[in-house]
Amino acid sequence: MKEIIELKLNEKFPDSILEKIEFRDELTLIVDKNKIVEICQYLRDDPELLFDMLIDLCGVDRAKRNDRFEVLYNLLSLKNKFRLRLKVRIDEKDCKVDSITSIYPTANWHERETYDMFGIIFNNHPDLRRMYMPEEFEYYPLRKDFPLLGIPGSLPLPKK
Amino acid sequence: MGLESAFGNSFITTTIDAVVSWARKNSLWPMPLGISCCAIEMMSAADPRFDIARFGSEVMRFSPRQSDLLIVAGTVTYKMAKVVRKIYDQMPEPKWVISMGACASSGGMFRSYSVVQGIDLFVPVDVYVAGCPPRPENLLNAILAIREKVEKSSVLDFEKKQ
Repeated sequence: MKEIIELKLNEKFPDSILEKIEFRDELTLIVDKNKIVEICQYLRDDPELLFDMLIDLCGVDRAKRNDRFEVLYNLLSLKNKFRLRLKVRIDEKDCKVDSITSIYPTANWHERETYDMFGIIFNNHPDLRRMYMPEEFEYYPLRKDFPLLGIPGSLPLPKK
Repeated sequence: MGLESAFGNSFITTTIDAVVSWARKNSLWPMPLGISCCAIEMMSAADPRFDIARFGSEVMRFSPRQSDLLIVAGTVTYKMAKVVRKIYDQMPEPKWVISMGACASSGGMFRSYSVVQGIDLFVPVDVYVAGCPPRPENLLNAILAIREKVEKSSVLDFEKKQ
């Protein structure tokens, strides 16, 4: 299965597969962030691959690396019983990536959560609001430079 | 066959405070604000084994307008704090608050940006219950403490507040 995926993706999207990682029988592909929508569309609709389920989508902050953020996509093909992980790398200065809500509707809330926690903006998202934190909150709590105890005064309490 | 016949032709003297406090302390209607696992222990305090009804608090009201004892049972986040305060404000005077468990009393194990480090930062608390979660007996003990407090209170205490 791994070979087929690689072959097909390389054929369809040359130069978009930046890196391939294999660890404990799990396949991870680092892909071009501008191509993520097309790649997901292809993985879902190709009759041989049929990655019809998005298990999870989340963000990672690598703090000291140049491309600071990562967004992970865990896909599952129910027909082939195969799991695939995609990663895109995002620079802090251009903290944006295209939304895949049009392909996997379940990505809607996952992308909102990632936006809430990391401040990564998902282009073309239908309703990009904060998920957990109050709307008026100005920070992104899962970033490495955010203190664990928060910023005093950033979350107002009701008066006693 | 009412109370009148029990006393016959005699009469009793008492104070308004004693009668009102006696009535209040024997029917504390709790507003169960169960927002975490403490709520499970609160529920079992109401079951036949622990039987909160022995102290007249079995009528769990899910409307703040009908209750006079707020039991905050669980972790209060900053986002939830507004809701807790709103529920407290909707309760009619006189009212009392039990902060149940480590999370409500001090933030507990959640020393984090999202959890309020003790609900006494935004509502006045009468009794704190220790434990994570507290045993039902512990909650009953808190209700006994509230009863004692109510018994000592005067009708005028609440007049002053408003």
